[in-house]
Amino acid sequence: MAYGDKVMDHYDNPRNVGSFDAKDAEIGTGMVGAPACGDVMRLQIKVGTDGVIEDAKFKTYGCGSAIASSSLLTEWVKGKTLDEAKEIKNTAIAEELELPPVKIHCSVLAEDAIRAAIDDYQSKQ
Amino acid sequence: MSDFKTPIYMDYSSTTPVDPRVAEKMMQCLTMDGVFGNPASRSHAHGWAAEDLVDQAREEIAKTVGADSREIVWTSGATESNNLAIKGAAHFNQRRGKHIVTMKTEHKAVLDTCRQLEREGFEVTYLDPMENGLLDLDVLKAALRDDTTIVSVMHVNNETGVIQDLAAIGEICRDRKIVFHVDAAQSVGKVVVDVEAFKVDLMSFSAHKAYGPKGIGALFVRRKPRVRIEAQIHGGGHERGMRSGTLPTHQIVGMGEAFRIAREEMGAENERIRMLRDRLYDGFKDMEEVFVNGDLDQRIAGNLNISFNFVEGESLMMSLRDVAVSSGSACTSASLEPSYVLRALGRSDELAHSSLRFTIGRFTTEAEVDLAIEQTRAAVEKLRDLSPLWDMFKDGIDLDSVVWAAH
Ligand SMILES: Cc1ncc(COP(=O)(O)O)c(C=O)c1O
Repeated sequence: MAYGDKVMDHYDNPRNVGSFDAKDAEIGTGMVGAPACGDVMRLQIKVGTDGVIEDAKFKTYGCGSAIASSSLLTEWVKGKTLDEAKEIKNTAIAEELELPPVKIHCSVLAEDAIRAAIDDYQSKQ
Repeated sequence: MSDFKTPIYMDYSSTTPVDPRVAEKMMQCLTMDGVFGNPASRSHAHGWAAEDLVDQAREEIAKTVGADSREIVWTSGATESNNLAIKGAAHFNQRRGKHIVTMKTEHKAVLDTCRQLEREGFEVTYLDPMENGLLDLDVLKAALRDDTTIVSVMHVNNETGVIQDLAAIGEICRDRKIVFHVDAAQSVGKVVVDVEAFKVDLMSFSAHKAYGPKGIGALFVRRKPRVRIEAQIHGGGHERGMRSGTLPTHQIVGMGEAFRIAREEMGAENERIRMLRDRLYDGFKDMEEVFVNGDLDQRIAGNLNISFNFVEGESLMMSLRDVAVSSGSACTSASLEPSYVLRALGRSDELAHSSLRFTIGRFTTEAEVDLAIEQTRAAVEKLRDLSPLWDMFKDGIDLDSVVWAAH
């Protein structure tokens, strides 16, 4: 299977790779997937006092589409309020990256990851 | 990179390029000035010439595997040979019994054939291999029943390169008058094949794994003691009724030449390939969390199936843009299951997802191996930096103790 240009671009130059201290109150961490399924995403958001996501970082174990989905997501959530970020749909990610049907689950995982990160942040407040 | 034809080919177990010597012979059997006739045409010289070449090729196959040329039936490949052997023997022997024994690590061409027979009312036992990929003979013996008619065990595994002890299995089957079928698609040119020593009754071969063309194969059908099978393809009665269809002279000639070269050059070739494979493995040995899948000794020279823990196989292959390999990761197929062969060896799903299969062959060079090492190491490093699992491993977290939000 050949990969689309956008997946390749994120794969070659993943944006916002890294981690924040998960114990920090302004950080929300979402870890989804399972090693046995071949993909695990860890997405972290840093939320300002105004409820806007200031920064985001990720690390992903998985195929190129999973890496690209999480990389793209970190770009998209920055500058969004938590409510806006919650509205991000997997279909939008799949569309932007032109994922083939067998890779849709990667975008679903990314959607799960941002929700989990937001839930984690909110549970800490 | 101008020295290499990229991507460098390290997927020889998937298929091989046709040896130029083979291609040359095949080209002589196609056009008007060549031997294009129908080998079944008995009434003119075009047919006789083609029949002669088919006979010579049949002789080459027989000689390579220790058989008599009258025991070789041409097919379209090992898939068809496996179908013909297993369905053919199962149907022929069904009054004697309807139980078949095989292994979980077989190729789909065997497993799916068995599944079909299950739908027809046969019963199939799928044996687990030991952790090294080999069949435990006691497990085999325990599985055999009075109504067992066929045991089908492959010679060389296509994913791990592990070689089964066929002679021991053949002995057990012969004692109990059970038909012994072997899928030997991956054997010729890599290990000695000897239908007498192995006591096999039916053996499947393919040309394109041994520098011959795709779309041609053969089935060995033992004459003494005689093994009977029911034809699966009916028509003009070719191949003594076992497989009808006009014989493709050019394909057959190609397979004959490929097997001749394999037989004559195997010794020297394997030595060279083993050196390259060891060089490849040496290039990874000092890395952390690297595991070879399947027995390293009972394995063909050209195979290195290796898992790089905490990185996923498909993304690893994406990084290896200049090296063509395959992976046991699910993402390479439409299903989400990782390699069933590695799972059957008891490998965890994670390790199966993290596996790469390098298979090297006749045209692999030392420079190519070195480049593969360099690129693989760089890719693993990059992906581990990206991997949350690698972080956790480095922090001393036991990944098995984590409750994952599986999806
Ligand atoms: C072990 C084994 N059996 C059977 C086959 C199928 O062979 P063919 O492509 O000749 O049908 C293959 C190759 O894919 C194989 O590796």
